[in-house]
Amino acid sequence: MFSMDQPGAPQEARRNAIAAAVAEAHRREWAFVLAATARVTRDLDAAEECVQDAYVAALDTWARQGVPCNPGAWLTTAARHRALDTLRRDRTLRTKLPLLIVPGQRAAYGAETDDGSEVIADDRLRLIFTCCHPALAREAQVALTLRLVCGLTTAEIAKAFVVSEPTMAARVTRAKKKIAAARIAYRVPEAAELPDRLDAVLTVIHLLYTTGHTDPHGAGLVRPDLVERAIALARLLRELMPDEREVRGLLALLLITDARRATRTDASGALLLLERQDRSVWDAAAIAEGCALVTDALRGGRPGRFALQAAIAAVHAEAASYEETDWPQLLVLYDHLLKAWPSPVVALNRAVVVAMVSGPAAGLDEIDRIEQDKRLDGYRYLPAAKADLLRRLDRRDEARTCYQVALDLSDNAAERAFLAGRIAEMGKQITLQSGP
Amino acid sequence: MAQYAILIYEAESGYAEGGQEAWQQGMEAHARFAGQVGERGGKIVGGDALEPTTTSTSIRGDIVTDGPFAETKEALGGFYLIEARDLDHAIEIAKLCPAPFGGVEVRPIMDTSGG
Repeated sequence: MFSMDQPGAPQEARRNAIAAAVAEAHRREWAFVLAATARVTRDLDAAEECVQDAYVAALDTWARQGVPCNPGAWLTTAARHRALDTLRRDRTLRTKLPLLIVPGQRAAYGAETDDGSEVIADDRLRLIFTCCHPALAREAQVALTLRLVCGLTTAEIAKAFVVSEPTMAARVTRAKKKIAAARIAYRVPEAAELPDRLDAVLTVIHLLYTTGHTDPHGAGLVRPDLVERAIALARLLRELMPDEREVRGLLALLLITDARRATRTDASGALLLLERQDRSVWDAAAIAEGCALVTDALRGGRPGRFALQAAIAAVHAEAASYEETDWPQLLVLYDHLLKAWPSPVVALNRAVVVAMVSGPAAGLDEIDRIEQDKRLDGYRYLPAAKADLLRRLDRRDEARTCYQVALDLSDNAAERAFLAGRIAEMGKQITLQSGP
Repeated sequence: MAQYAILIYEAESGYAEGGQEAWQQGMEAHARFAGQVGERGGKIVGGDALEPTTTSTSIRGDIVTDGPFAETKEALGGFYLIEARDLDHAIEIAKLCPAPFGGVEVRPIMDTSGG
């Protein structure tokens, strides 16, 4: 940590440096401070308020006394003092339904922080598992995680999910109310329930990533803020649960997928398929980190769905060119994945790999089978994948129809432009054939 | 300990069509359930089975009508009032509650004692 006490530093620069230090502490320490404060307030709203106040106080105090060497501990102490003051001053503020803190739960995961005067237990896992409790709707889990774990404002979350601010505020309020009224305990799940509960947490983080990865309604393809939040959350979880293989798998999956971010669109923002991406621009460090994690995640027993998805991403990332992709290896991984996670989306991706191994006609057969089961009705990547195989079989009329269906289902500008281009390509040929 | 209602929603046709045998099996399952709740550290405070919705009378304002508020495939057929440590504990118990022709819903009891 840098000290703010150099005499003669210009006022302006000093103020900026303090603001930057507070902003950095907000990004890095919010979850830690809030999780520890909620233990005192036993109310999430009250905890949020105290933590907000602590950050405001930091701006002033750090300017006078310098940035503390452990900003997280400083902020936690400040927020908890505020909470105790409030509780003492106004007993009526004590909520009728206090957050249920399961006492004596062993610190199975995570480190403890010592600011010299007191040891603050790391309650971040409690906070994360509470936000992602299965009794909350998925969209509420996502909103609460962004709000309470990442410290985003309601306005920011509303913007990220393209809903109005009052809608998002109502969603967050409803979820918090349910936590209190239904007595969702502030705790880390027991070993027996951990696999399912952890899967919910990983799903929320993955959903955040995919929402950012293909901005559902936006102009650009990627929403970098959400992508970065998701990766930061995966890193945090890895730090807190270093032995969980699926956590490693998720982080690997996000790192390897994100390593290709810069090449997914061209200079004009148009979508570039994997086969046309410039592999030399992929983030080699992120891929190396991801691949090392994959190796670990696959070891020791049957791998889970995130580890397998990461392994698939790793096979793509490690191929020197699209032509050199190890498709048979991918097919083996997809077979395992489909067993671990029998989802029609996985089956669709597998069909694309089947087409690469055994030809487009074989892939098309697979897609026809997937279409029978109506779960993917309205899923834009199904007609898009089908159109692509039809195009490769030179069945242009059918291909154009499928591209059109996909286009009608997509709200993303980059994707729409790509699909429109394909339709034009298919159309041109038709015009030539039927022309004079 | 907090109190929860376990509301049992089932297709009434299940018991109507299953006859005496389905009813008997249901009774035995509920007797087993009563034992299991204690083993899991919870407590049944109350509860009962309800007569079918054909016996129901709805009152809204001053209007009295025959039948339930909403005709649905699955109707409220009975309930338990239980005590559990938290929602996870209540869910653990509710998962054991027999409802072969439907499912159950867990709702926290509102504390109306004030203060």
